[in-house]
Amino acid sequence: MNITEVLRISWEAIGKNKVRSLLTMLGIIIGVAAVIMMIAVSNGTASAIASQITSLGSNLIFISPNFTRNGPQTGAEAGTGLVFTDAAAIEQQVPNVAGVSVEQGTTETVKAGAVSLSSINILGSLPDFPTVRDMKVASGSYFTQSDQDHKTKVAVLGSGLAQQLFGTADPIGQTVQVGNFYLDVVGVMAPKGMVGDVDYDARLYLPLSTVLQYYTPSQFARFLGQRVRTIYVTVSDPKKMNDTIDQITLLLEQRHKVSATAPDFTITTQQNIITTQESTTAAFRNLLAWVAGISLIVGGIGIMNIMLVSVTERTREIGLRQSVGATPNDIRWQFLSEALLLSVIGGLIGILVGVGGSWIFGAVGTMKTVVAPSSIFLAFFSAAAVGAFFGYYPANQAAQLDPIDALRHE
Amino acid sequence: MNTTRSTVIATRELTKTYGMGEASVIALDHVSLEVKSGEMVAIMGPSGSGKSTLMNILGCLSTPTSGEYVLDGEDVSNLDKIQLAAIRNTKIGYIFQSYNLLPRTTALRNVILPLVYDRTRKHPREKWEELAEQMLEAVGLGDRMDHQPQELSGGQQQRVAIARALITDPVMIIADEPTGNLDSHSGEEIMKLLLKLHDQGATIVIVTHDPVVAQYTERVIHLRDGHIDTVVHNAKNLHKESTAI
Repeated sequence: MNITEVLRISWEAIGKNKVRSLLTMLGIIIGVAAVIMMIAVSNGTASAIASQITSLGSNLIFISPNFTRNGPQTGAEAGTGLVFTDAAAIEQQVPNVAGVSVEQGTTETVKAGAVSLSSINILGSLPDFPTVRDMKVASGSYFTQSDQDHKTKVAVLGSGLAQQLFGTADPIGQTVQVGNFYLDVVGVMAPKGMVGDVDYDARLYLPLSTVLQYYTPSQFARFLGQRVRTIYVTVSDPKKMNDTIDQITLLLEQRHKVSATAPDFTITTQQNIITTQESTTAAFRNLLAWVAGISLIVGGIGIMNIMLVSVTERTREIGLRQSVGATPNDIRWQFLSEALLLSVIGGLIGILVGVGGSWIFGAVGTMKTVVAPSSIFLAFFSAAAVGAFFGYYPANQAAQLDPIDALRHE
Repeated sequence: MNTTRSTVIATRELTKTYGMGEASVIALDHVSLEVKSGEMVAIMGPSGSGKSTLMNILGCLSTPTSGEYVLDGEDVSNLDKIQLAAIRNTKIGYIFQSYNLLPRTTALRNVILPLVYDRTRKHPREKWEELAEQMLEAVGLGDRMDHQPQELSGGQQQRVAIARALITDPVMIIADEPTGNLDSHSGEEIMKLLLKLHDQGATIVIVTHDPVVAQYTERVIHLRDGHIDTVVHNAKNLHKESTAI
């Protein structure tokens, strides 16, 4: 008996019991669709996180102060956290540094006309901020070095904030009241969205010097240098990232006179953040893979169950086939191929449902989905393997029937 | 008619026992018989006489415990399952009491079935349908080829089964109560069809308990308690040339 005939017989057998075949396949369909959709969702989440983080600017090193350090402070700059001059020192003394940006932040109430918004994040930065952080200005322009030098009272609005304050009107050239001071709006940023828990569109961007002067003045500033919240360093050669981090660490330890075991600052990179996120999504994905795998096994048991019923129901047919010359192997192949065909068709339908479902999820929901081609192969071959594994036992039962008993079966 | 007829069935001391030791049952007890090519023979006997056991061995569905069975010149007493399957496929055509057609499958596909398992590839695939059509025409079902069993009467279903038995051009046809499920009229039609095949030279062994059916044959072998009791020759059926009924 050749393979075409085997497949033809199996196909006919499946076609004769359409409803039952479909119900049998349901377990496999759900299993395969679940595998594809779950991997698509977790892939989508991972790539969304990764693209958000990279969109902050590539090859970026973040340096932030530790606030946990206590005890007596000695030396001119000890215990002050990060200061403005640290940034200057890094730029001048550490090789492989392409740019250094400094940020200081606070929150203030912002008013424009009748609109008043409280607790708006104010970000003081240097003029190269859009370059370092890979952000774009939608209209107007970012403030300039001259603004930074002269502590000019100018502001750039996040896109969402501009919308809230001015609606559809053009904010450029308007005045906003930030805290106790009036600032001129010189630009509006392009939408950036949420990155982690920070809404980049709901912020106000000011020159760092302006923030330090009017909003976060330090009484020690004259002696200690101005405190900053974050220092951003971009490296020119990402391969030497680790060397650069080591050198910055060394430099800051010397400047702050702290030991390597108890530094008063933390250095993180994009890679750190991505790795953390990836390990979280990987755990999530593993869990889902187990769930999907179990549903595939349950689907396989469903196939075995139906095949056993089918063998019993068709005992006379088996007897007849044996009497006209079918060998045990012919019978085994017939039922095995039926189980395989059921699971492979189920697998194909599952792939359609899975890919379609992922697409609908991505289009309708807030979740981003990315269908991995490897997950399609994985799901499909798992389905086929399940069919072969769970189809073998019933097929073997059928093959071992005695023709006389089978023909006599009622 | 061919006067030097070859031997199709030759059994010597054919014995079949079931079970072991004291609980063993002798179903067939040293049966020796011979059937020539072109003969039409009936095997009769009450239930428990061993006629089903004999039929199963003659039909190569099982093997004897001892003794020898030579079918068409080939000793088939000790063949394994796979070899027996091949013998059944090429040398034997079955007709069952309950027809045993594949449900929801056309008459044509039912007739083709034995060819699917033909390892000798006597007929190429593209000839299968043509051959099956010829068989169905020969049994008078040329206009029912695409009908499924549930759309056919009992007599028609049995004709499909006969066409299926003929398609591999077997050396003998074994019919197990071929008219058992039919009314007397349909039963007579089937017997006439078998007679026609017999006249064309087919070797036919009919297992039956119905004397009316046995009357159609040339020789009736009566079994009792596992051995041959009597053999009756129906003189009126012997040596007839072409008494087409």
